[in-house]
Amino acid sequence: MNEIETKVRSFLGKYVSDPEVDGDLDLFSAGLVNSLYAMQLVLFIEQEYGIQVTNEDLDYENFKSVQAIVQFITLKQK
Amino acid sequence: MLNFDLTEDQIQAKKTYQQWVDQYVVPFADTFDEQQETPQSLINQMAKDGHLGALVPVEYGGVGLDPLKWGLFCEELGRSSASLLSLVTVQSMAIQTLVKWGSTQQKEKWLPKLATGETIAAFGLTEPSVGSDARNIESSAVCNDDGNYVINGKKRWISFGATATLYLVFVQLNNMPVAFLVERDMKGFTAEPIKGMLGFRSANLADLSLQDVLVSEDSMVGKPGFGFSHIAATALDQGRYSIAWGCVGLSQAALEASMDYASKRVQFGKPLVEHQLIQEMLTEMIVETKAARMLCMHASFLKSSGEPSLIMETSTAKYYASKAATKSTNSAVQIHGANGCSSDFPVQRYFRDARIMEIIEGSSQMQQIIIAKAGHQEFTVQQRERNAQSNRG
Repeated sequence: MNEIETKVRSFLGKYVSDPEVDGDLDLFSAGLVNSLYAMQLVLFIEQEYGIQVTNEDLDYENFKSVQAIVQFITLKQK
Repeated sequence: MLNFDLTEDQIQAKKTYQQWVDQYVVPFADTFDEQQETPQSLINQMAKDGHLGALVPVEYGGVGLDPLKWGLFCEELGRSSASLLSLVTVQSMAIQTLVKWGSTQQKEKWLPKLATGETIAAFGLTEPSVGSDARNIESSAVCNDDGNYVINGKKRWISFGATATLYLVFVQLNNMPVAFLVERDMKGFTAEPIKGMLGFRSANLADLSLQDVLVSEDSMVGKPGFGFSHIAATALDQGRYSIAWGCVGLSQAALEASMDYASKRVQFGKPLVEHQLIQEMLTEMIVETKAARMLCMHASFLKSSGEPSLIMETSTAKYYASKAATKSTNSAVQIHGANGCSSDFPVQRYFRDARIMEIIEGSSQMQQIIIAKAGHQEFTVQQRERNAQSNRG
């Protein structure tokens, strides 16, 4: 588990009972998180990594799972 | 060390806002309430003095006000006129949404006009059949073969909908929520003023009707599917933040009016303020207004740093401050007795406006649902961490 994934899971832990979910699990489809989480995730990514999430980034594929979020952050950092 | 004191710069800003509302709003707010309209001349004055675009970033011609100063401004507006507070609230909701989620083209086109007040914006989410259940809005958009969209639907209780020239309208597109910018002069768009409301009587409310309104793809804010979770959520967070601070001002106004009245009104040979049952009401007003202000200060601190918890803490501040305003204004009417029920005193307006505060930008009941859920989740996390610690030890 890399540093980004550790931090993402730590953040996720504030919203779900078990943050050690499968990395590919669709958090929204599984009903684990709600729309309030969605904006807080945006704020977490921006605050923690100093990157701006913009309208161009509004793609479900970027936020749906732990792995998707990690990949999104990694790409935005480049 | 915790420090809740305002800086010299913030104190000066608050004084400037106080002077502005004392000059332009306080003497006229009851008249506007009776006339059920905020005059264009006052809106022009706000625009001229830079208050309508205060949150627009400097690079787009605005003031780029920080969250705390914005809160202090909203407190002063709330102290003078809840209706006028709603003007800057909806304007700021559109501004923050465009700053966060607008395309480069949308930002360049609209933010300078929102900064100067040339454009007044309104927020079109609520519908005749849909209030709290905002995910199930019925207004819809259909994509044409040429890539443009046709919008049909109705929006209700839209603050300053009768005045605005730009509307952030939420619709369903293939069962996915999405937001569009709709302009007042577009064919098929009409805004019908609403009169006879209990409170917010000079908030220039309107019913909006959209009949085959044609908009281009460039008018879409964000992307389909994100209209509620991200676009509306950003706007509503800003709305709750502004309303929470405004409620502090409303409570403060009720307190100041009550102190003034209770000091002058003599019953049973002494001023009301010396009667213990009056003191009980005044005490509750003082403490709850201070507590509401502290919650707002906390939310502003989190907003300044972009801390994710700002969303829940803003919701908490709005919930508490609006309930405090309801209670404080209710007590203010009670302290004033029959005078408080007459148009000779502003407390009856405060009382009516406070009732609206518990309904707009998420009712108290909706706030209770999300605050309790978040509180339970926080408890679960704490339990998990304690158990993990105990297993390690």
